[in-house]
Amino acid sequence: MEDSQKKLAEHSGKSRLEKIGKTISFLCIAFIVFVVLSILYFVASKGIATFTKDGVSLIDFLTGKIWNPGSIGENGKPLTGALPMIAGSFIVTLLAAAVATPFAIGAAIFMTEISPTVGKKILQPVIELLVGIPSVVYGFIGLSVVVPFMRNTFGGSGFGIISAAIVLFVMILPTVTSMSVDTLKSVPRYYREASLALGATRWQTIYKVVLRSATPGLLTAVVFGMARAFGEALAVQMVIGNAALMPTNLITPASTLTSILTMNMGNTVMGTLENNVLWSLALILLVMALFFNILTRWIGKKGAMN
Amino acid sequence: MNAKKIDKIAVGFLYAMAGVIVLILFSLLAFILWRGIPQISWEFLTTPSKSFQTGGGIVIQLFNSFYLLILTMLISTPLSLGAAIYLSEYAKKNLLTDFIRTIIEVLSSLPSVVVGLFGFLVFVLQWGLGFSILSGAMALTLFNLPLLTRTIEDSLRAIPLTQREAGLALGLSRWETVNLVILPAALPGILTGMILAAGRIFGEAAALIYTAGQSAPALDFTNWNPLSISSPLNVMRPA
Repeated sequence: MEDSQKKLAEHSGKSRLEKIGKTISFLCIAFIVFVVLSILYFVASKGIATFTKDGVSLIDFLTGKIWNPGSIGENGKPLTGALPMIAGSFIVTLLAAAVATPFAIGAAIFMTEISPTVGKKILQPVIELLVGIPSVVYGFIGLSVVVPFMRNTFGGSGFGIISAAIVLFVMILPTVTSMSVDTLKSVPRYYREASLALGATRWQTIYKVVLRSATPGLLTAVVFGMARAFGEALAVQMVIGNAALMPTNLITPASTLTSILTMNMGNTVMGTLENNVLWSLALILLVMALFFNILTRWIGKKGAMN
Repeated sequence: MNAKKIDKIAVGFLYAMAGVIVLILFSLLAFILWRGIPQISWEFLTTPSKSFQTGGGIVIQLFNSFYLLILTMLISTPLSLGAAIYLSEYAKKNLLTDFIRTIIEVLSSLPSVVVGLFGFLVFVLQWGLGFSILSGAMALTLFNLPLLTRTIEDSLRAIPLTQREAGLALGLSRWETVNLVILPAALPGILTGMILAAGRIFGEAAALIYTAGQSAPALDFTNWNPLSISSPLNVMRPA
């Protein structure tokens, strides 16, 4: 009696196993969360050090046009204007997205609405293949094809914003296209049938019904592409020319946040001002990544409401 | 202009766009193959590279790439498997789960430079690992975790609920159901996810510059002592 009572009262081996299993899997997820929080913390604390420890004012940093952290400007403060890089990053990203969006959505419509067989047999595999190509390869092709082409067409060195935008355009095109295709495919078939039954032509159906109901998804695809373009480092660094100057036109060398980061991080000493401002650039990148993230969530929520 | 004419024009326009894209993408592929294939030979792949002279190959770089890949997968697979099991089997729909999902999304959207810099700061400097394969593999793990977790979770979720119910009805605990029923059934999906992730790791560059370093010391492939700097198995050497 005593024995069986005891046996029933205590946890069985199975329930112990269950507890262990649950704990292990929870620890894994907790570890990931911990890592992300520590990334945010480390980069933020390093990035803020520029402003707290070295006394650079945030406004100078965001709006100054001269980037030369090693030397002192007229007002006795180091020259840490990050505006050239911020502007470079935004211009390159927006240009690439502006060119890529119509092409990607056009191709997605072609693949889902107009010619699904050709789309599935030719476009789909090629696009899937291209999504997997490392960005360094895109940068290298940009360096060996786009840059010489720009040099011959517009003169100058060929390195510049326009070359970077072209490389990024080709790089994000497959990603945005395949995401747009997924979105268009998820538009229910009866939407199209209802529209066609009302006597609308194919284009009218696409334009007035399919695209309208897929708008949130398409926007998400574009924002995703922009986030990728904004964070891309090596491909851009190879073709943009890396001159930390205010971009005045599209064919002279410029720089982006990522390209300056990759170029200079190895050349500065930890803890110095030169190094801290680079961390501030990384912080801007981080904030932008978070911003894109929030943007896609917001779009998703808006879309879900309609 | 009537609706039919507009329709024709629009469709023609879409054809043209698809044509341009196919052209761009195909010429890209053709260019890589056309320029790359003539250079690749058995010798190129199997001889070490030489500085200050032409010739030489990429065997060390190639080996390092694969070694990094394997190490990264060794670290990240169990972690993301556990995380995915938690998310798909145990997580309840509450604020904490929402928070965790947001965090994972944030991690996947971080630019790889930022991840690389974090690796530089923590693994290379703080933990004193230096520029090494190990630091590189850990940075790549961070980079790889969200993607791998999501694909594994998706393939776990794709297993029908009836399988789980059958397992539970047989008196198995939830953990046993996951291990003995769900995981074997989801294995093909998990493997696909791992291969996709491997492709991404293999091509990642920016996160590695600051963690694995950029120089590859000469390797002696007959040296199997993992503690010697010239041994290919040493995880603490730069790559």
